[in-house]
Amino acid sequence: MKIMIRNGRVVDPASGRDEAADVAIAAGRIVAIGQVPADFTPERTIEADGCVVAPGLVDLAARLKEPGPGALESELAAAAAGGVTSLVCPPDMDPPLDEPGLVDMLKFRARKLSRCRLFPLGALTQGLGGAEITEMIDLTEAGCVGFSQAEAPMRDNLTLSRAMQYASTRGYTVWLRPQDASLSGGVAASGAVATRLGLSGVPVASETIALHTVIELVRQTGARVHFCRLSSAAGVDIVRRAKAEGLPVTADVSINSLHLTDIDIGYFNADMRLTPPLRQGKDRDALRAGLADGTIDALVSDHTPIGHDDKMLPFGEAVPGATGLELLLSLALKWGNESKLTLAQSLARVTSEPVRVLGEALGSLGQSAGRLVEGGVADVCVFDPDAEWQVTPEALHSRGKHTPFDAASSGTRMPGRVRHTLVAGTLAWSAAAGANAA
Amino acid sequence: MLARRNPQLNAHGELIHLLSIEGLPRAILTQILDTAGTFLSVNDRDVKKVPLLRGKSVFNLFFENSTRTRTTFEIAAKRLSADVINLDIAKSSASKGESLLDTIANLSAMHADMFVVRHSESGAPYLIARHCAPHVHVVNAGDGRHAHPTQGLLDMYTIRHYKKSFNELTVAIVGDIVHSRVARSDIHALTTLGAPEIRAVGPKTLVPGDLREMGVRVCHDMREGVKDADVIIMLRLQNERMSGAMLPSAGEYFKSFGLTEDLLALARPDAIVMHPGPINRGVEIDSRVADGSHSVILPQVTFGIAVRMAVMSILAGNDA
Repeated sequence: MKIMIRNGRVVDPASGRDEAADVAIAAGRIVAIGQVPADFTPERTIEADGCVVAPGLVDLAARLKEPGPGALESELAAAAAGGVTSLVCPPDMDPPLDEPGLVDMLKFRARKLSRCRLFPLGALTQGLGGAEITEMIDLTEAGCVGFSQAEAPMRDNLTLSRAMQYASTRGYTVWLRPQDASLSGGVAASGAVATRLGLSGVPVASETIALHTVIELVRQTGARVHFCRLSSAAGVDIVRRAKAEGLPVTADVSINSLHLTDIDIGYFNADMRLTPPLRQGKDRDALRAGLADGTIDALVSDHTPIGHDDKMLPFGEAVPGATGLELLLSLALKWGNESKLTLAQSLARVTSEPVRVLGEALGSLGQSAGRLVEGGVADVCVFDPDAEWQVTPEALHSRGKHTPFDAASSGTRMPGRVRHTLVAGTLAWSAAAGANAA
Repeated sequence: MLARRNPQLNAHGELIHLLSIEGLPRAILTQILDTAGTFLSVNDRDVKKVPLLRGKSVFNLFFENSTRTRTTFEIAAKRLSADVINLDIAKSSASKGESLLDTIANLSAMHADMFVVRHSESGAPYLIARHCAPHVHVVNAGDGRHAHPTQGLLDMYTIRHYKKSFNELTVAIVGDIVHSRVARSDIHALTTLGAPEIRAVGPKTLVPGDLREMGVRVCHDMREGVKDADVIIMLRLQNERMSGAMLPSAGEYFKSFGLTEDLLALARPDAIVMHPGPINRGVEIDSRVADGSHSVILPQVTFGIAVRMAVMSILAGNDA
């Protein structure tokens, strides 16, 4: 299908392009930006007056609540509604993604929905048990873009070291959540709030000890590591130094840690029960600065749909996690506005930079995903930067209705509203239609 | 900012639930203590009853066992002429898999007027208060490590009874403060009522430095901790802390932080010794101190009933 996006402000973070231009799309690819050939006859025209035409968002951490009837459908619809055209999902499904067949099946089902590209992380160890490594080559051929332990601990440092060594043989990236298993049993960040509320704490040392350990193993094995969801100022510092040393490490931060602190727990609001836990103001400030200066490469939704019953519990018993796919764009813009960044700089953290983190794993798609280039794939997000909205759980497409940014409890004003999402030149979502317009 | 409004108070600033002492104004604490004073005489009468809660149903919901606290609430409610229903939920619905809020919905349908809740999770009474019928009042009878507000209030009643004023007091709280809901409630109450020096005394594993952020002076030496104290509140050392990574043994704990007559001699001559009970003789407190002339441990129990009567009668008089 030939599509023309007319009169939009085209912002491509990778090239720095920020100008009014038309975008012509045919056969799933962008054929022209600006100078559209006179003989281009679109079958469909999207009027983008007042809107930004940006690359589709790339979210490096979104859980799909698989398996579950209709779960993949609802969560990929949430991605499309949030302008997310590629997402990476961790392997902690039931069963964990430790066999090529499981990955094939998941990718096949996602492709059929044609809402969003799905890039699974394979389990680093069988059953995420932390003891025996998986068939990483087969899993990669099935479509895994890296290997992860999700929230599960490794049995010991010897096994971790071997897993990193094996992964690095083929240049696979190991995605790790920096947390020390024995120190991460608490339900809130250690500090004044946890002490006052009588909640068990997770100390910063849980993160820093894990970072130091993994970084030492990176030095020894040469493995490429992506650190998932940094939560502390000390953690940002360690990653900054590792990068300065030239080690092959990257990192991301969640929308929750970027905008909230433990004070937001208020009177035991279970929507604030998150992993990693929300830390203090100085940590949030360091995460924001780290994301701005590139120490942290990407901003992620850390999307985790949690059922209502699992949140209607005392804080410590509530299941950690929050919905996020439909909030990612707005919370990236909010951070960018508050940090006085250009639109291109804010968008880079959810488009071109996460693609750089994925690197070779994306194959030829890596040349154009997260970017707007002539000849590249037409993964596009058209949004109104001046529209403001508030999160009402019922209006979300995701089955996860719980978020710290719920208007009723937080009153957060969200800048920017997605109008159209295109995946491979096909309209995956349109605000007007409100559904799959393809 | 719905979730951040103090859920204990109605729009007029009146107490509708008692969940924590934190965030309550001094006037409400004083009102409770004053009201408790008037109830103390009821307990001395031949007919120990007043009709303030006649026709009301008070449900004791104990998700965690505690015979003693439950009994004092039961006595207090009965002396106010309420109907009291005791539910030992640890042994019934929770073990059948019923969720906390389903249990609450069911009991609400039985026309409860007040829930007295004990739960092992910090914050559980807040969840109940948020989701119960608007006319129902919730009293926190101890949640996790978070709060035990009626114990805090009865401790304040006891201190005021013996010391008259809080304005010049040095109060030492000794023991497992990090895991203690009693300590947290005492600290908030003492701070609100104007006690100038509150000390948290114990080894670093039980009294970590970040307690300073609650406005207390942290002492890791018992002699320094009790020196010139007007009030010494000893906390119970739970059995599960007596060995492991927190403490090597009950014996070594007693040697360094047990209250003996020698240590008590360092406090003010008219110091009082308190304990929320049940006491571990020879673990946190020497028998001669527990039974000695400075001990006010048994009067605390008596005052506790009057304080719980005061809390329940005040709550019953306020509408959401």
